[in-house]
Amino acid sequence: MDFKLLTLLVLLLPFIGFVINGLGYKKIPKNVASLIAILMPLASFVITILLFQAFGQGGAKAITVKYGEWIAVNGLYLQFSFLIDQLSLIMLLFVTGVGTLIHIYSAGYMKEDAGFGKFMAYLNLFMFSMLMLILGSNYVVMFVGWEGVGLCSFLLIGFWNTNRNYNAAAQKAFVMNRIGDLGLLLGIFLVFFYTGNLEYQGVEGFLKNPELNPYKVDSWQMILVTSLLFIGAMGKSAQVPLYTWLPDAMAGPTPVSALIHAATMVTAGIYMVVRSNFLYSLAPSTLNVILAVALLTSLMAASIAIFQNDIKKVLAYSTVSQLGYMFMALGVASYTSGMFHVITHAFFKALLFLGAGSVIHALHHEQNIRNMGGLRKYMPITFLTFGVATLAISGIPPFAGFFSKDEILMHLYQKSPVFWALAVAGSAMTAFYMFRLFFLTFLGEFRGTEEQKHHLHESPLVMTFPLMVLAVLSIGGGLLNIPEVFAKKADWLNHFLAPLYETSKKLNPQLFAHAHLEHSTEYMLMAISVVLAIGAIIFAYVKFVVQKSVPKAEQEQKGVANVLAQKYYVDELYDKIIVQPILSLSRFLGNSFETIIDFFVEGAAQLLQLLAGLFRKLQTGNIGTYVFAIVLGAVVLIAFNLLFS
Amino acid sequence: MITALWLVLVPLFAALITFFIRNQAKLIALVASLIELGLGFYIFTKFEPLAKLQFESNMPWIPSAGINFHLAIDGLSIIPFLLTVFLVPFIILSTFNKSYEKPNVFYGLILLMQASLVGVFTAQSAFAYYLFWEGALIPVYFLAAIWGGEENIRPSFKFFIYTVFGSLLMLIALVYMYMQTPANHSDEASIFYKLGFDSQTQNVLFWALFIAFAIKMPIFPFHTWQPDTYTNSPAPATMLLSGIMLKMGIYSVFRWLMPVLPTAFFENAFLVIILAVIGIVYGAVIAIQQKDMKKILAYSSFSHVGLMAAGLFTFQQIALQGSMIQMFAHGVNVVGLFFVVEIIQQRTQSRDLTELSGLSKSAPMLTILFAILMLGSVGLPLTNGFVGEFMLLMGITKAYISTPSFAIGMGVFAGLTLILGAVYMLRMFQGAMFGEANPKTANVKDLNWVEALTLIPLATMVFVLGIFPNLLLKLSDSTIKDLLISVVQRIKL
Repeated sequence: MDFKLLTLLVLLLPFIGFVINGLGYKKIPKNVASLIAILMPLASFVITILLFQAFGQGGAKAITVKYGEWIAVNGLYLQFSFLIDQLSLIMLLFVTGVGTLIHIYSAGYMKEDAGFGKFMAYLNLFMFSMLMLILGSNYVVMFVGWEGVGLCSFLLIGFWNTNRNYNAAAQKAFVMNRIGDLGLLLGIFLVFFYTGNLEYQGVEGFLKNPELNPYKVDSWQMILVTSLLFIGAMGKSAQVPLYTWLPDAMAGPTPVSALIHAATMVTAGIYMVVRSNFLYSLAPSTLNVILAVALLTSLMAASIAIFQNDIKKVLAYSTVSQLGYMFMALGVASYTSGMFHVITHAFFKALLFLGAGSVIHALHHEQNIRNMGGLRKYMPITFLTFGVATLAISGIPPFAGFFSKDEILMHLYQKSPVFWALAVAGSAMTAFYMFRLFFLTFLGEFRGTEEQKHHLHESPLVMTFPLMVLAVLSIGGGLLNIPEVFAKKADWLNHFLAPLYETSKKLNPQLFAHAHLEHSTEYMLMAISVVLAIGAIIFAYVKFVVQKSVPKAEQEQKGVANVLAQKYYVDELYDKIIVQPILSLSRFLGNSFETIIDFFVEGAAQLLQLLAGLFRKLQTGNIGTYVFAIVLGAVVLIAFNLLFS
Repeated sequence: MITALWLVLVPLFAALITFFIRNQAKLIALVASLIELGLGFYIFTKFEPLAKLQFESNMPWIPSAGINFHLAIDGLSIIPFLLTVFLVPFIILSTFNKSYEKPNVFYGLILLMQASLVGVFTAQSAFAYYLFWEGALIPVYFLAAIWGGEENIRPSFKFFIYTVFGSLLMLIALVYMYMQTPANHSDEASIFYKLGFDSQTQNVLFWALFIAFAIKMPIFPFHTWQPDTYTNSPAPATMLLSGIMLKMGIYSVFRWLMPVLPTAFFENAFLVIILAVIGIVYGAVIAIQQKDMKKILAYSSFSHVGLMAAGLFTFQQIALQGSMIQMFAHGVNVVGLFFVVEIIQQRTQSRDLTELSGLSKSAPMLTILFAILMLGSVGLPLTNGFVGEFMLLMGITKAYISTPSFAIGMGVFAGLTLILGAVYMLRMFQGAMFGEANPKTANVKDLNWVEALTLIPLATMVFVLGIFPNLLLKLSDSTIKDLLISVVQRIKL
């Protein structure tokens, strides 16, 4: 099996798609453009499966493929090199898989859009960047993809770029990500200074070798490095305080929200931490910080989601909240359960967004759930699949989300029952706001205009097909990692990813030494969280279906509800304490301070001008004469030297 | 055999011819600059990174005083030299849609400027260097003052005073050092390197030279000539100033400051880095709120050059190399961006962001090329801007890593360029290109072929250098390593 060629193909095919559709924008017919755009990630997906098989047959040994030097100077040697191992393969599989489905969906969703070819090209470019991020074998190549997906996110959020608000959202996303990226970049520098390596395997090898590695558990160097890297993760994966860009990112077309702002890109932060697990395991203090940030983020976002009425905003805050769950898992060093939730979340959250897109499509860009209702009759496939995803995200067994969330909750319990309780509370909130959304959208009577009602229709197959596939995955995704309590040796993902953490376990065995949970305890904990979720669902059912209450508009809310509906006023706070001061400083420096500096220079200039007056007689005022004289003088001088030397 | 002298003479003679031929000045200038580009390419292929001075021409100038006219190319010259010969043809080509008055003088001056710039970057003896340094100032002053219109007389004059002041200090320092060379004297750079001044003398000389260089770059607080001059000068003059001329300052630090005055260089490094980092933040913060696109680029250039300057003083190989490659990258990007603004101004008679909107609709090609240059400028990976910024920030952080909190602090402040740069560049790009088109912008023509021919190669260079930075990096690598070793050895505290 030629890994070098196949890896290159996985990476470059989407890029080729981007180039073709990008250059042929407006010239290539829409059918052809969508075919090209879909085939490229599909081909990447198929090749990924081949790689996966070959990897298994080759004894599951990590393989590095190199394609040449990038930056090579004294003291720094970087190559374009890529790493095929358990983690990159798992990521590749679901990114190309879910990505392909979303490409198919987009071909239907964006069909009427004037910028169709451009849109598909951008999606392909995104795939390329994301694959670069995943495949890179060192931090800098990862950073290439990291910033690349940020660029694509920017381009796609502001896709309808005649709208200034959308542009502002795009810029906000890019800039906020850049804040994180600076942290990440500094973290990368420190990794290099402290371990002399930028390659993941090099860093791991360095830490693994007791003769080289001077860093003990919780040494300040490791805490510093991991904290800086985590700042990058906060930006990309929308954690407090760098999360406010993600809800605004919903300005982009809905498939973008599904692909980039839910299923793939925003999980890059989790990927990066898992990738660097050997560093993080040496810094349990940082892990504690991650846990705290994650808990805060997920509870904050979940509580905001309860009072949002825009279908996409609810899903956006739910994404922020679910990302929090993934980070909680990392915070208790349960890297695999974090990855597990990344994967199941990709399935059901992509499905939720695509379902929302289907609804929005049917309602001609209506996004307010106050004006929806009763869509079950008109859109049965969307209704059913959305229902599956809602059950999955609410953690109802046997849907995929139950298994992945349950694993995280168990690990939290092992750390402390308090964390477990907080996470369960968030999980109950999730069940409530998701079913609130589901009931208001699909059950009851339609609350929109007659005109909208007249046009209601199920989406075409090109859009419902991906929904159905994702629904199957949202049901069965849990099979990847069935906990031991249900079946022996069914936790495939745990076994598959285990080699990634060998170094971590060696360096800090204590971190992984948990008291084993009794099966009875495990059942009980599971039961509590499921019962609470079902309770929340019943509560939502009574409120929104039986009592038929329609939520108030965000601005009409009072008291606590108002604070939540207004998202804790965080945007306003940032504007007051960061944006406005910088703008004031900018005005002060640009208008006043520059003049002050200039004043001194002007003074000197005036003085010289006075002196210059004395010599004015020499000047003829004809520039041509001056210049001619200068050039002639220079030429004569040089010629003189040439001739007489 | 081609020597460095030829590289000066070709544009110089072309300038002379151009002055006399009124009608075809444009074309002659372009052809001459292309010949020079061809020579540059030849040099690029023949250059030996491990050898020292190459393509040498050393002639006695005032033999009785030991003054030579010594030109050569080495690992320090090669990148700024290539930048000059690469950019000038495009700067000339960018003017093809416009007819300037007295074209013979106009294009003659550009070529004269090129000759001087090549001279500055290749001079190995002090007085030849000084001659070219001044020779570069005068043409650009006239370009700015005459073709910049009434309102530019004052800014150009300010610029002139600033730089003449700097040059005077420099001349005094050079003459002093020349006088200190052993009997019969010499103005060779290599002889200057051997002058072992005490720390106090070095410090005086350091500031005399540094202020001259700092004005050219410019480094805070020597920059106030820059925004007005960039804004009011005709586009080609602005391109020459920002694309190439400011690199004279950076290059000169490599050649005439660091190796000549190592002790003072070391003693003042921290202060200069602080000034440079202040400049990074200062320029970027001001750029955020400007409405005039040229002003944004002016302040952005000021901010970017701060990072290059800071890198120069870190004593880190990686930062010095970063500075080298960033010189080239910045030159390409800023010339391209100034041309984009020029095109927008020609189409809409405006470069005010409050008046521009929605240009992308009618000018998609311009939009794409603008976007690429912008991405280069904000340092997106795989563009030319990233390589330099990455290396510079790494070097700056590494320089202070023994006190990690301070190192991180420096990294954050210098790295603000990544964040604020994204803010002002995206604001400018979105402001002009996106949004609803207005009557002014609704029916603009997209690029014509001359404009495309200018912008496409520049945009291509953004990626070529982003993906294959080693093409340039390897040219200067060993020279900079040797330079650093020799400088560090000669620091006397």
